[in-house]
Amino acid sequence: MAEPNEIGASGFVAPGDPDGPILRLRGVRKSFGTHVVTEVLHGIDLDVHAGEFVALVGPSGAGKSTVLNLVGLLDRPSAGRIWLDGTDTSTLDDAGLTRFRGEKIGFVFQFHHLLPAFTCLENVMMPLLVHRGRPDAEMRDRARDLLVRVGLRDKQDARASDLSGGQQQRVAVARALAMRPPLVLADEPTGNLDTHAADQVFDLLREFNREYRGAFVIVTHDARLAGRCDRIVEIVDGAIRGDSRASM
Amino acid sequence: MRFEVIVALRFLREGRFQTWLTLAGVAVGVGVIVFLSALISGLQERLIENTLGSQPHVVVRPVDEAARRMVEDGADTVVAKVEKAAQRPRTIPDWPLNLARIERVPGIVATSPIAAGAAFAVKGDVSKAVALRGVDPARFDRIVDVTGRLTAGTFRLEGSDAVLGEGLARDLGLGVGDKVRLLTEGGRADVFLVGGVFDLGAKDLNERWVLVSIRNAQTLLNLQEGITSIEARVDAIFEAERRAADIVDRTGLEADTWMQINRQLLVGLKSQIASAVMIQFFGVLAVALGIASVLVVSVVQKSREIGILKAIGTSTGKTMTVFVLQGAILGLAGSALGCLLGAVLAILFRNLALAPDGSPVFPVDLHWTRFVAASVVATAVGIAAAVAPARRAAKLDPAEVIRYG
Ligand SMILES: Nc1ncnc2c1ncn2[C@@H]1O[C@H](COP(=O)(O)OP(=O)(O)OP(=O)(O)O)[C@@H](O)[C@H]1O
Ligand SMILES: [Mg+2]
Repeated sequence: MAEPNEIGASGFVAPGDPDGPILRLRGVRKSFGTHVVTEVLHGIDLDVHAGEFVALVGPSGAGKSTVLNLVGLLDRPSAGRIWLDGTDTSTLDDAGLTRFRGEKIGFVFQFHHLLPAFTCLENVMMPLLVHRGRPDAEMRDRARDLLVRVGLRDKQDARASDLSGGQQQRVAVARALAMRPPLVLADEPTGNLDTHAADQVFDLLREFNREYRGAFVIVTHDARLAGRCDRIVEIVDGAIRGDSRASM
Repeated sequence: MRFEVIVALRFLREGRFQTWLTLAGVAVGVGVIVFLSALISGLQERLIENTLGSQPHVVVRPVDEAARRMVEDGADTVVAKVEKAAQRPRTIPDWPLNLARIERVPGIVATSPIAAGAAFAVKGDVSKAVALRGVDPARFDRIVDVTGRLTAGTFRLEGSDAVLGEGLARDLGLGVGDKVRLLTEGGRADVFLVGGVFDLGAKDLNERWVLVSIRNAQTLLNLQEGITSIEARVDAIFEAERRAADIVDRTGLEADTWMQINRQLLVGLKSQIASAVMIQFFGVLAVALGIASVLVVSVVQKSREIGILKAIGTSTGKTMTVFVLQGAILGLAGSALGCLLGAVLAILFRNLALAPDGSPVFPVDLHWTRFVAASVVATAVGIAAAVAPARRAAKLDPAEVIRYG
């Protein structure tokens, strides 16, 4: 728990500072409700550096998904600040948040959330298409490479809805990595999979993390998988209860 | 835009049955608009052509209450009134000057001075009351196309030439080259040579009109150098009243329009136009409702996909564009089908009933502008109808969608 305070309590991170954390939370609070206001997060401080592979654990209802949604810029905190790659995200307007979401963050959701109307290849290409700015061939090649990497070479033209759960989740991993985001967020990515498929997906995430040193934050209830992460952050009742590093 | 187009097309393709139903709805709407408006304007054109083909758009007369009444009462009373009123019809004062003034009125495309009055046509011991009209053939042809409607002979009025309607020719047993005697109230009479016979498509005119040169009419009717009216053609028939008012302003004469002379026809035309507008309005409304409702449903059905797209960085604007594009595509593709449907219906209908001479009983006006207008309107309506559903899509909260899987 000592580390977050080493880089200055103000929380300032110089943009583009290669040694700075990719993600920094300071005093992040979140309340829900208009008439009856319930505070779900009670001041979260957290730093995640490039290349880190973090497990976010805790009992159901502790606020793990809430943290992930805030970090993923799907929602704004009620109080506190979140820095992403050196930028204070509270200074961004909605369009800026959307752009950041596309460029800086890769999501893997529990219910894989692919676009059923599109093929696997198109699903993987989608973040690139939304973002534009690359020639067709390059986007296609990159998406194809990723599908090969996740072991779905012959499924690229299959409709996403025709795949098994484990296969769909591997497509979702490929999609999350299409933009090579500095931060990948996964909310119970293996929650609906059997042990074998869960291992496959987890191994893939781990592999990509080692390969290009993106920061990964993974919510999991699986103690066995959490044990294979570099670092385990435990949230209980909307506050960080523990933060431990695996001895490697 | 490419991303938006790809997603819009894919969403529509996903809709399958829904999309086809909507396309069919738009097509029927546009088809009905095209077909009915083509039919209505075809019928209208036919009606106008039939009526105004043998009528001037504007008739300019000397100021005279009695004469005015005569016109309104119709041709039958002309003879009687003339008998009572005077030896000769009233003439337009200084008509060459007034003719020049009328010609300068904007929107007047042709004018023809007329020397007209009542007369009797006599052949052997048969005699018929006729409307004697002294005209200049070249000028008069531009008001009423007599040359185009000749059934025999030519429309030339030199010397003692006379050209008359086929009804009168039949009644008196006259043909081209025959002689006919014209007799007026004042007891003046002359013998004319039938140079041509016309069919103006109006029984009354075919049985009454006898066209001679202005000079001869002036002599027979004792008009000296005078003429009794100036007939004019305008560029836009529904502007006739305005043109007539201009003429009255500039000449101080009286001017009647086809609209006053054919009140019934005008009422008919106006109600046809009104019904065409109604049909178009409801057609467009149906198209708008069809597109809007399918997109509202689609936004609900696709809310998961929309949430995912937003979570991976799709902006609000792009999300809206995806749905507005769907509206535009439905409108455009639907109207393409609708134009085809409307054209097929119109052609079938036209070929359904043919008059004895082979011309269609129901003429249709399938000008290309009709298709373009219908398509542009349907597409614009599709876009407009898509805006509200698109807004809803753009407002969807991705966090919500993702939480509830
Ligand atoms: N949009 C919301 N409105 C109201 N309450 C919410 C909302 N989102 C989360 N909560 C509440 O916040 C608390 C934390 O929810 P969260 O989903 O973050 O838990 P979690 O740690 O992810 O749990 P689980 O392991 O079951 O997924 C819960 O009590 C939940 O009911
Ligand atoms: Mg959760």
